[in-house]
Amino acid sequence: MSDEKKHIEKLANQEYKYGFVTDIEVDAVPKGLNEDIIRLISEKKNEQEFMLEWRLKAFRQWQKMEEPHWPNVEYPPVDYQNIVYYSAPKQQKKLESLDEVDPELLRTYEKLGIPLDEQKMLTGVAVDAVFDSVSVATTFKDKLAELGIIFSSFSEALQNHPELVKKYLGTVVPYTDNFFASLNSAVFSDGSFVYIPKGVRCPMELSTYFRINAADTGQFERTLIVADEGSYVSYLEGCTAPMRDENQLHAAVVELIALDNAEIKYSTVQNWYPGDKEGKGGIFNFVTKRGACRGFNSKISWTQVETGSAITWKYPSVLLQGDNSVGEFYSVALTNNFQQADTGTKMIHLGKNTRSTIVSKGISAGKSQNSYRGLVKIAKKATNARNYSQCDSLLLGDKCGAHTFPYIEVNNTSSKVEHEATTSKIEEDQIFYCNQRGLSTEDAVNMIVNGYCKEVFRELPMEFAVEAQNLLAISLEGSVG
Amino acid sequence: MLEIKNLHVSVEGNEILKGIDLTINPGEVHAIMGPNGSGKSTLALVLAGKEGYEVTEGSVLYKGKDLLEMAPEERACEGVFLAFQYPVEIPGISNTYFLKSGLNAKRKYQGLEQMDAIDFLQLVKQKAKLVEIDEKLLKRPVNEGFSGGEKKRNEIFQMAILDPDLGILDETDSGLDIDALRIVANGVNKLKGPEKSFLVITHYQRLLNYIVPDIVHVLSEGRIIRSGDKNLALELEEKGYDWLKKEAEQVA
Repeated sequence: MSDEKKHIEKLANQEYKYGFVTDIEVDAVPKGLNEDIIRLISEKKNEQEFMLEWRLKAFRQWQKMEEPHWPNVEYPPVDYQNIVYYSAPKQQKKLESLDEVDPELLRTYEKLGIPLDEQKMLTGVAVDAVFDSVSVATTFKDKLAELGIIFSSFSEALQNHPELVKKYLGTVVPYTDNFFASLNSAVFSDGSFVYIPKGVRCPMELSTYFRINAADTGQFERTLIVADEGSYVSYLEGCTAPMRDENQLHAAVVELIALDNAEIKYSTVQNWYPGDKEGKGGIFNFVTKRGACRGFNSKISWTQVETGSAITWKYPSVLLQGDNSVGEFYSVALTNNFQQADTGTKMIHLGKNTRSTIVSKGISAGKSQNSYRGLVKIAKKATNARNYSQCDSLLLGDKCGAHTFPYIEVNNTSSKVEHEATTSKIEEDQIFYCNQRGLSTEDAVNMIVNGYCKEVFRELPMEFAVEAQNLLAISLEGSVG
Repeated sequence: MLEIKNLHVSVEGNEILKGIDLTINPGEVHAIMGPNGSGKSTLALVLAGKEGYEVTEGSVLYKGKDLLEMAPEERACEGVFLAFQYPVEIPGISNTYFLKSGLNAKRKYQGLEQMDAIDFLQLVKQKAKLVEIDEKLLKRPVNEGFSGGEKKRNEIFQMAILDPDLGILDETDSGLDIDALRIVANGVNKLKGPEKSFLVITHYQRLLNYIVPDIVHVLSEGRIIRSGDKNLALELEEKGYDWLKKEAEQVA
């Protein structure tokens, strides 16, 4: 075995840095799923009747559905009756300020380097922190409220702006959409809601950190972002989860709606527990993310850096309905050890002169499997639609796999679709070159991988880009050969 | 500075170097010449610590330390620099960022403070002038899309930034036109100093018109068959290598 390989293995064998469990009182419903549980969740959240009805319809739909098995991932069957569908940190009363938040909870954020305090204010980031399904703190609300921006937990939005939620919920990802989306629709406990009024440019990055904590608690967030005409918002989603032996199911739904001339930029850094080096444990991440460019000249841009989870099944997509609308997808997906990722995007061109760009960078290390799956569909009426796709795979070592499944469906002859794909390995000569300039093999690998991901990282907001680079370095510890 | 004794090196079981003895003192410039396949690049790469080059016999002392025991990055941090014959590309990483990381790795090794972006930029401007390299190249990803000449010039630029004690130039002159050759040579000459040594590997005598060596060695079939002053290079240019080879065979 060469020194490099040994080095890579050492790196790969590094323990997950964020594996700790917060000891906090948890208010949870009994395990399992039936209509009573759903009624209980809805009641606990003090929801209106329409919401309960919607949940029940979703549940009935879900019961008729089968778990999809087409993704290029393998995992033991999930027992959906052995999951706790709702848990929230117990709160004695409604919180007025951060001082009243459970200090244990705040310490957890500290460990993760997520200061929920003045620091965020100084950096201009408003945080809506979701801890095991229920929002516990929200900052910057006043400032945002001045502009008419609504940024709150989903539960709060249901209480305070039910008409808005009712108008848009499920209009991009209907409760019938797919197995996991239906499940989410039935049981989702919380998430974020954002509404940017007409002509308002959101002055700061909106940011939510999700964190799965209670053992055996499935996490089902729901996020809904609506950008009204001529508005702009940049939204950041980032997460880490503590170390657990049992697999944790995660099935989130994110819906984005951009009206005329509006723009939504959605960035994700995902670092959930990937399982240990034997492939034990880790999060199952089955997410449905979709945006609708509903308005003329609207734009939705997804940027994701995926390094965590044992299994990732995720296709942030854009429905390009409005004429001249733009969809973008920039992705870095890194898998190590026994991680499996099947991720990509769908760009559905419906309007005229619609444009989409896909840049996907897969990195496989260890014994992991990394698949890109994408669909570019040009509908009949999408005159002059254009798409450019670039799907690159980087292999570190010789025990991992990279797969690309691009689907292209064109029904309009005036459109133009381009697809480029490459697969490469880090050359020993590149590492030696870096070594010769004084860099250790570990630094060399990080540098080469970061260079490879450049096109995606530059789409991330500045502070997120730095975080992403660090995360990549942590996740790669113990790879390359 | 460098003391090579009876160095034998094999690559994939084939012995390439068959007993090299070579001593370079501080401030000296040595040139190694020789026909294709004589082992010139092998010598350069084994000194830099490339994997797959197995030392079967002999020793190399660098500043009194066992060079062969050191990892490649350690050698670099100790002041050994190799200007590659075929510099590789590193997509997405700017030349300046790459070099700053290298320089700071070296400074960390030496127990020095990290150089900040402003100081580094000044150093870059100064050294870019020295080796007459276009600053636009420095913002581009490492060697990506560089012409052959630009790559070689970039190697010399990197050498200027990292300021090594032992600079090894592996056929830096190949593929250079006469102007580029002059610029590269000037760069090296400006880096020379009483504590700096150079090992210049070349195929042709013409580089040695610009970088005047103290000693010229002729490498053939893994052995140094002749050493002399700069006139040896001129003699080789005129007569080729064959007469030396024949002579060597007769001695053997």
